[in-house]
Amino acid sequence: MTEMPKHSVALDAKIPEGDLADKWTNHKNSIRLVNPANKRLIDVIVVGTGLAGSSAAASLAEMGYNVKAFCFQDSPRRAHSIAAQGGINAAKNYQNDGDSVYRLFYDTIKGGDYRSREANVYRLAEVSANIIDQCVAQGVPFAREYGGLLDNRSFGGVQVSRTFYAKGQTGQQLLLGAYSALSRQISKGKVTMYNRHELMDVVVVDGKARGIIARNLTTGEIERHGAHAVVLCSGGYGNVFFLSTNAMGSNVSAAWKAHKKGAYMANPSYTQIHPTCIPVSGHYQSKLTLMSESLRNDGRIWVPKEQSDVEALRNGSLRPTDIPEERRDYYLERRYPAFGNLVPRDVASRAAKERCDAGFGVNEAGEAVYLDYASAIERYGRTEANVQGIPAPSMEKIRELGEAVVRAKYGNLFQMYEQITADNPYKTPMRIYPAVHYTMGGLWVDYNLQTTIPGLYACGEANFSDHGANRLGASALMQGLADGYFVLPYTIGDYLADDIRTGEVSTETPEFAEAEKAVQDRIEKLLGNDGKIPVDDFHRRLGRIMWNECGMSRNAEGLKKAIADIQALRSEFEKDVRVPGRADRFNPELDKAGRVFDLMELGELMCKDALERNESCGGHFREEYQTPEGEALRDDEGHAHVSAWAYTGVPAEATHHKEELTFDNVELKTRSYK
Amino acid sequence: MAQNGILQSSLAKKYAMAVTGLFLCLFLVGHLAGNLQLLTAASDGGRQFNEYAKFMTTFPAVKVLSYLTYFSVLFHLVDGVVLSLQNRKARPVRYAMERASTNAGWSSRNMMLLGTIVLVFLVTHMQNFWWQMHFGEVAMIDYDGESVKDLYTVVAAFFNPEMNRWALPAIGLYLLGQFALGFHLWHGFSSGFQSVGLRHPRYTNIISCLGKAFSVLVPVLFSAIVVFMYITQA
Amino acid sequence: MDFTLKIWRQEGPQEQGRMETYPVTGITGDMSFLEMMDVLNDQLIRDGQDPVAFDHDCREGICGMCSMFINGEAHGPNRKTTTCQLHMRSFKDGETIYIEPWRAAAFPVVKDLAVDRSAFDRIIQSGGYVSVNSSGNPLDANAIPVPKADADDAFNAATCIGCGACVATCKNASAMLFVSAKVSQFALLPQGQPERMSRVQRMVDQMDKEGFGNCTNTGACEVECPKGISLDNIARMNRDYLKSKVTGE
Repeated sequence: MTEMPKHSVALDAKIPEGDLADKWTNHKNSIRLVNPANKRLIDVIVVGTGLAGSSAAASLAEMGYNVKAFCFQDSPRRAHSIAAQGGINAAKNYQNDGDSVYRLFYDTIKGGDYRSREANVYRLAEVSANIIDQCVAQGVPFAREYGGLLDNRSFGGVQVSRTFYAKGQTGQQLLLGAYSALSRQISKGKVTMYNRHELMDVVVVDGKARGIIARNLTTGEIERHGAHAVVLCSGGYGNVFFLSTNAMGSNVSAAWKAHKKGAYMANPSYTQIHPTCIPVSGHYQSKLTLMSESLRNDGRIWVPKEQSDVEALRNGSLRPTDIPEERRDYYLERRYPAFGNLVPRDVASRAAKERCDAGFGVNEAGEAVYLDYASAIERYGRTEANVQGIPAPSMEKIRELGEAVVRAKYGNLFQMYEQITADNPYKTPMRIYPAVHYTMGGLWVDYNLQTTIPGLYACGEANFSDHGANRLGASALMQGLADGYFVLPYTIGDYLADDIRTGEVSTETPEFAEAEKAVQDRIEKLLGNDGKIPVDDFHRRLGRIMWNECGMSRNAEGLKKAIADIQALRSEFEKDVRVPGRADRFNPELDKAGRVFDLMELGELMCKDALERNESCGGHFREEYQTPEGEALRDDEGHAHVSAWAYTGVPAEATHHKEELTFDNVELKTRSYK
Repeated sequence: MAQNGILQSSLAKKYAMAVTGLFLCLFLVGHLAGNLQLLTAASDGGRQFNEYAKFMTTFPAVKVLSYLTYFSVLFHLVDGVVLSLQNRKARPVRYAMERASTNAGWSSRNMMLLGTIVLVFLVTHMQNFWWQMHFGEVAMIDYDGESVKDLYTVVAAFFNPEMNRWALPAIGLYLLGQFALGFHLWHGFSSGFQSVGLRHPRYTNIISCLGKAFSVLVPVLFSAIVVFMYITQA
Repeated sequence: MDFTLKIWRQEGPQEQGRMETYPVTGITGDMSFLEMMDVLNDQLIRDGQDPVAFDHDCREGICGMCSMFINGEAHGPNRKTTTCQLHMRSFKDGETIYIEPWRAAAFPVVKDLAVDRSAFDRIIQSGGYVSVNSSGNPLDANAIPVPKADADDAFNAATCIGCGACVATCKNASAMLFVSAKVSQFALLPQGQPERMSRVQRMVDQMDKEGFGNCTNTGACEVECPKGISLDNIARMNRDYLKSKVTGE
């Protein structure tokens, strides 16, 4: 292990001087450039090929740098950005509803519960419009209106329509756009693509990131790759909860290895729990499926008022449709009359948990609530009957007409629900429950997206930068592409300007050799372990600890217990895990073992971070800090800061560094949805 | 950049299959029109038919068409074999379990087999009539001072069980050949249009229906003629 | 539910493979097919055997990574469904299920059920893009209106997830549906026009080089495609390629 900095490094976010609106332009005009001839002498490694990674690799290669890109999947096109359904925000004001860069900035800061950096968020809003232009130029087929212009929809918690979309597959279309830009550079030889390769360690030479150790997942070969800078675009770590809407392969390992080499982790406990997912159905469930947030526009969420009805539902003697209105508790409408079923994600999720914890969950596990379309179907049906001029329509006719309207709006989602659950959501309410969806925390980066290791950058979900304590819908895609296309390619030049005379980075150094040896030893240890228990078993248990103690609501006692439990789980893993197969073959169990171990360490740090944050904000809800009505209680005096953690050997003993957040352009308010 | 020789690309080979195949469909129409005269040929002793046969073997424009037809047959054959070999190579290990019938029609999956049956039929068919007409000893007959090969008698004799003891098996093979041809066309006709990119939401259905009608009608009529010849002479 | 699984096992690309039989018990109808495979692997690991390697990632039908030939059909018996979205209730208790990798010369087996589909990446690299740099100032996104019908068709073509079911299911292991979907997406949009002719040539040439078979228009690909990509795209590519050859552009 490399030596840790002995003293606390002051966290300098390097925010440029000047007015908020001018910072980015001034910064771009004043940072150093690398001339085209010199760019050819510089190598950059990009890890991960999601929206941030593909766009960064493509843009850097277009500029002239030599790029090596890595992904663990069989193709760069598979990254989990592809699964984003809803859309991408941009301050285009095409709908003429008064949108602006400032409004997008303000909504994002407020949505993040005032725990993000003003300058970064403003820049994000500023470049958002460029993203749409860029993607259209690439041939991304966004939804259009009949006039041929781009269509927009509105999205959770904002008052304008600024979300661009491609049916329910916006993430896929944007990723394919970035993937095609990346493919173009691969064909030119400017990017060398390494599919089915996993980052095993970051190599730091003389305090600077100078390369990585990677493992070829097909052959098992351990490879050294040198570069003048390393960019991590390795996504989020929601899989620490085992069950999440993340892909099976999503992991924290790249970021965690960097953390162990000296990069600070910021706000790791900020987790977004999405309220509308399909509930867990059994022990072997491997993943949770998200149902688009748009369903809350028309659906009503409820649980029974009476415990006897809950029992009857669970043992199958009662159907939800048999419960009369007066015995239903539309708890969101009851608690938040102003926003009703459309409260932000964190609020909706916590309210569902509150009801289920009180014993009103409607499935066998007691962890589901109803999302009911019956009244929407009836409402649409009556309107449609009027439109079609049907006098005194029967209830069947109304339902038939209403179902057709709902099918046109949400048909693909209803179909997906039926495919997974074998329930017909037109006839019976859907069962939903919150699930882990996105992690706002990540590697600490300054305004240039550089981590605390010089030469090591982080983009997209892998960094912590723009969403504060809670991310707005349709903003993840925006951030990934903003970082990759329009921010990092400029800011990295300022650092690389010092490297034009460095020459090729040699991998024949003690640092590379040492890192490679450590990787090899670890693999041998895992494969040679005389254990009995499969990796998934540990992952499942880690997930249960994290979900119970560091999930939708947290308290000091539970978090302390979780830290001890995770530490015990880790030592059990070391002793009892069984990793089958060989090191020189395609061996998914071995890959998984490494990732799960890193997730266990990360989980411990998340609990530590949640324990330190003595307030409730956004996705972080501490039971000790709530109003008498059970709403989140923020502490702007004591906690308007970013918590950045430095690794010291044991995650729970990480040292805490603060970046104080200053708000010069917005006023801090309490979010209220009542 | 693109490969030079147009036939090197997989798509070009398919264009060739489509163009030759569709051209052979035209040939079938012409051939059928000629053969239909056999239904009434007994009434004039085959004169109209024989004159037609003479015209078809001597008129220069028809000559050109006939060479085009030979060429098309050969090209369709060679191209088809090349494509099939490439297709085989593209999947060296077969599936242990396949349920192809759930996603594609039988004829579309067996074009090579059907084509081979048609080919076998074609070889015997040409040996029996085309070879006879061109190189065999066919009696001459005199129509208004013009000497014409009496192909009608050759045809009639071939399907006459009293004059040809192989007539029945020959008819069997003929019907098998038509059967295979029908199924070959069932897929091939509309497939040809798809291969050259002629697909349109409004017209594709029409082409498809036309193809199905063609693939039933043509072999049925050819077969009917032969059966008619046999029955009327038996 | 209990099942008998017949699974293709192959150590690596160079080794010989064979079908092996495994019983699996205690499966519920709500489990996805891949969760059933997880149960099998859990059992194999505990028994000290080598688990079955297979590709999978998002498990929500969009990443295109899962790729199993189940009971003689790509992604199993259900239509417009990827392997990860197939649930065990689609099978009968006690059934024997055949599970094989995609079979094509262009998709060599990596291990067991995992295959190498980098041929698809190389086809995209050969021309599946619009040549535009991320300069930050291309035309405004609304500068060129696109008729909604074209935008919708382009979108439908673009929904291809690159899973390779079309190749796996085609009796000739042809990649025409995959290639034509990408060619069509750009052919239908104004942004794709400048490179339209050279793109189709380069992509078809690369497809041929990779050793995929030829299209015989059986239509099986369209039926088995989990995203329902239409044969219209193949016709469009046939047309464009012909045009590019005739005009010599």
